[in-house]
Amino acid sequence: MTLGPIGFAAPWLLVALVALPLLWLILRAVPPAPIRRRFPGVALLLGLRDEDSVSDRTPWWLLLLRMLAVAALIVGLAGPVLNPEPENAAADRDMPLLFVLDGSWASARDWPARRALLDGMMAEAGRQGRRVAVLRLTEPEAPVFRAAADWRSRLSGLAPHAWAPTRQMIETATGMLGAGPFETRWLSDGLDHAGRTGLLAALRDRGPVTVRESPRSVLALAPPQTNEGVLTLSVQRPRAGAAREVTVEAHGRDPAGAPRVLARLPVRMPAGETRATGELALPSELRARIDRFEIAAQRHAGAVSLGDDSLRRREVALIAGREDREGLELLSPLHYLEKALAPTADLLDGALMEVLPANPDAVVLADVARLSGAEQEALLDWAEDGGLLVRFAGPQLAASDVSRDEEAPLMPVRLRAGGRTVGGAMSWGEPKALAPFGEDSPFHGLDIPGDVTVNAQVVAQPDPTLSDRVIARLSDGTPLVTRKAIGAGQVVLFHVTANAEWSSLPLSGLFVQMLERLAVSSAVAQPEAGQLEGTTWQPVQVLDAFGQLDDGGTLPGVPGETLVAAPLGPDLRPGVYEGADRQLARNVIGADTRLAPVEWPADVPVTGLARPDETPLGGWLLALALLLLTADILAALALSGRLRPARATAALLAAALLVPAGDAAVAQGQGGGRAEGSAEARAIKATSEVVLAHVLTGNRKVDNTARAGLRGLSETLFFRTSVEPADPMGVDLETDELAFFPLLYWPVTPDQPRPSDAAYAKLNAYLRTGGMILFDTRDADVAGFGASSPNGKKLQSLARPLDIPPLEPVPDDHVLTRTFYLLQNFPGRYSGRDVWVEAAPPDAEKIEGMPFRDLNDGVTPVVIGGNDWAAAWAMDEDGNALFPVGRGYAGERQRELSYRFGVNLVMHVLTGNYKSDQVHVPALLDRLGQ
Amino acid sequence: MTGAASLRARAEADSARLPPLLARAEHLAGTVLLGEHGRRRAGTGDDFWQYRPVQPGDAYRDIDWRRSARSDTEFVRQREWQVAQSVMMWVDDSASMRFTSGDAIPEKADRARLLAMAAAVLLLRAGERVGLSGGRLPPRRGEAQKHRLAAALSQTGAAEYGSPDIRGLLPHGKALFVSDFLGDLDRVRDGLTAAADRGVRGIVLQVLDPAEEAFPYRGRTIFESMGGSLAHETLKADELRARYLERLAARKDELRRLCDATGWQYGIHHTGTSAQAELLWLYSAFEAEGRA
Repeated sequence: MTLGPIGFAAPWLLVALVALPLLWLILRAVPPAPIRRRFPGVALLLGLRDEDSVSDRTPWWLLLLRMLAVAALIVGLAGPVLNPEPENAAADRDMPLLFVLDGSWASARDWPARRALLDGMMAEAGRQGRRVAVLRLTEPEAPVFRAAADWRSRLSGLAPHAWAPTRQMIETATGMLGAGPFETRWLSDGLDHAGRTGLLAALRDRGPVTVRESPRSVLALAPPQTNEGVLTLSVQRPRAGAAREVTVEAHGRDPAGAPRVLARLPVRMPAGETRATGELALPSELRARIDRFEIAAQRHAGAVSLGDDSLRRREVALIAGREDREGLELLSPLHYLEKALAPTADLLDGALMEVLPANPDAVVLADVARLSGAEQEALLDWAEDGGLLVRFAGPQLAASDVSRDEEAPLMPVRLRAGGRTVGGAMSWGEPKALAPFGEDSPFHGLDIPGDVTVNAQVVAQPDPTLSDRVIARLSDGTPLVTRKAIGAGQVVLFHVTANAEWSSLPLSGLFVQMLERLAVSSAVAQPEAGQLEGTTWQPVQVLDAFGQLDDGGTLPGVPGETLVAAPLGPDLRPGVYEGADRQLARNVIGADTRLAPVEWPADVPVTGLARPDETPLGGWLLALALLLLTADILAALALSGRLRPARATAALLAAALLVPAGDAAVAQGQGGGRAEGSAEARAIKATSEVVLAHVLTGNRKVDNTARAGLRGLSETLFFRTSVEPADPMGVDLETDELAFFPLLYWPVTPDQPRPSDAAYAKLNAYLRTGGMILFDTRDADVAGFGASSPNGKKLQSLARPLDIPPLEPVPDDHVLTRTFYLLQNFPGRYSGRDVWVEAAPPDAEKIEGMPFRDLNDGVTPVVIGGNDWAAAWAMDEDGNALFPVGRGYAGERQRELSYRFGVNLVMHVLTGNYKSDQVHVPALLDRLGQ
Repeated sequence: MTGAASLRARAEADSARLPPLLARAEHLAGTVLLGEHGRRRAGTGDDFWQYRPVQPGDAYRDIDWRRSARSDTEFVRQREWQVAQSVMMWVDDSASMRFTSGDAIPEKADRARLLAMAAAVLLLRAGERVGLSGGRLPPRRGEAQKHRLAAALSQTGAAEYGSPDIRGLLPHGKALFVSDFLGDLDRVRDGLTAAADRGVRGIVLQVLDPAEEAFPYRGRTIFESMGGSLAHETLKADELRARYLERLAARKDELRRLCDATGWQYGIHHTGTSAQAELLWLYSAFEAEGRA
């Protein structure tokens, strides 16, 4: 039943409203209950009569309140709903209802809206008593009609899949439909899927069909095309619409291993176009780190393009002919190659036969003349499978007769004996420069620096094929770099050495660029299905419909031919697959996928996903009833005199309104005041004297102890040394500046909050600029220092983001043992053994005759221990110790030693390694000897 | 729980109350400075009165040798004669005394005990003998009596309303009756007249809660006595106020008239006011009694 915009789930309950007048009569006759009150004076009251009897009837307004409460209760229980889902006039309301979902990746973007729509329609069906079934085309199951509430409870588990429905899936679904009749509502994703018309016809045979579809078209990203170092990214949409600007993000790991966006490429889609492309030129090192591209703010699998080996860092094996001149690094034939390739490629080292099974992308042979038969065969096999062999000439190659009379299989050209030398001491002519690269050369477009010259080279024999194979020449036309294809791979010969002996080419940036061009062209091409026959590929990571990567380790492997050719489905999910030696990505959108918009027949009604929110009012009305009943309680109390009006009202109002508002006001006042004046005053206070500081942990007791401890230490310093600190301060890591304090005392409690990243940045800056933090786990009485105690664990988690060098227990000759007092242990309230400081450099060695090693040049940034020093130092305002330490004289001695430790620590912070200075050795030796 | 164990538990609970009562009473008594009332003649006392030459019959141990050494004759040191009075107290421990109308206001019983105890401390300090009527504690002097008094005063009774217990009152002694006197007035009258007949004179102190004076109640109420044995229901409590106050005033007048007739002193104390002022009044009332 509906009443204006309000519908009722259980309208018959409203009949109960008739009972309200009856209630009025009953309630009216009952007076409020009396209060029982203890009163000794009752002896004097006995026998007194009331002069008149009033208020024996409930006042009318209290009655009204109660009636309203009951009315709200009744109406609330009748289940009123604001804006109920409008009923479809055309459809028969007794027909069961079938929801057809495409359930593909394209519906993942607005899945929450779809689910809300589905929920609303099911709720409506529930009110009408219609049975409901759901059919997902990506995972067809025979539709079972059930009560709507049953389905609604399962809605949250309904998720789209990362693939699109194939023709086969849709045909399966068509076969499962059953007899009917039923009404169909189709939640389409807006893309045309093969076989759809057949299903539509089958559905229309069984009842009316309506379609809900989002008017916003989905955006998809094709895999990037690599072309000479430039990545071409193309974005498409099924329907041409208004101009649109989208951003493609390249995600990957930064050198520290943290995932981040490595590059952003804005792509502008012109109005009326369905495709747009953008080009992204990235340094190859950056490019090698990319693991996926994503259209920003499009949360579905079609907007994600996973990268695979085509973006991967290349593996290059470097093989030198002979390296007998040990230690002459600049003359090593591989030195410049290593320098040039290390940033962009993974280098493999070792003998040729050992590295070839690792299937490197490229093998560089520097001045290798002779190859054994097995080596040559293996290299040939490898090159035919797509390997890139780069050879450099050199004295050995020039002296050998490889490829002299006939072309060797692993040489691009035949060579003349001996090579030639130009511009040397014993020859005529000037050193030769490079000629500009030809258009068909892979080096085309590279700038040639003027200072690149060639003194010596091996010379190619003129052959009919020579001119095709030359990709770089000298200014006099002599071939400098030649290339030959071998199967799917190729061999490239530089006619000069890989070091600077024959030419200055390896010294120039051009060398790096040339190698890069060559290596880029060596990137693996997408394999054909035939090549992969018989292989099995294991999913590493798979995409879900929302574009999130999941671990794919639990999924079964996929045959190679399926991986490349078969359509995506439950058995072949989009993701990254790993084969024997490489990784392949299977994306939702292939290089040649074209999105096609769906065209519905004109007589099928199509509407958007939006619908007015159906608001159940029952809860509000029940809450109102409760509120009224609460008011009734108060009113009844007030009537019977148990509620003192002034006080009670004030208390109620305070409870209901003033407390939160008041708190906020107070907090605001404090915050504002603090922000303005106190930061500056605090800075002045902290810098006009030496001030020790402790980190505020949020635990009042610990903070007070730390403060009292530092006060005690400051007093001690004042008395005994020329350090005269002012009152210590508590430091809030989030808000306060740390740079003013030489020493931060940080008591560790298990429950203190972890500082924010900004606070850690501040702390690290503090440590790097010479600050010191004294961590105190305060549990040396119960735990040896380590991670076993709760405080120790908390310390580990607190200190993990800090930039802390390796630590060691304080060595006997650490400067901390003698900055002011000569100490060998560092007790606080407890006398635990281990106190940790920055480790000595590994090369610090004890020199005979010297008592101390020459240790760190600086202040240890952290001191870690658990002796609860603050408690031992703690003093009240009058200088009395606040906590007992040990017992009797031994305890007082321990307290004294803890003060001495504090003095030494502050001296260490303030004077650094001054006491490491060997000038003091004789005096110290003298005293140590006593 | 065995009888002994429960007795011990109760004893511990009671004794936990003791030191505070005694301490508070001592504290209160400390605000009043006084001396012992010397009789201005030689007698048994602590204070020096005079030296007199030895007369026959004096024991050697009475001779003050130090004084005698300074002259040729022997002297006996005489002390001032001090007499002690016996003050018997009756402090109402009935249920009605345990009433209080607010968190900040002490129970009437609490205040009554405190005043009685403080008065007892003062009296003991003055060398009087103090006890409790009804045979609960015979009058004695000395420090230990304070503790006995505090222990006896800390007990609570079960009766709904109290009436003066005149058993054990020494003839011609002094007495202090502390109660709210809201119970049966006839028994109060009987008690007072019987005491007066024995020559006992003293003070009647009525302790009332501010609520009992103001009657600040409204609306439909059932008033119950503290023990729950009496009840009175009214539909409009505020209408009763005038008549209640009238009856209360009548009762006060009756008490005052009784006291005048028997020669006792009548005082009224409200628990909402300071105990110290009341103690001063009590003290001066005892002084007046002492002179009379």
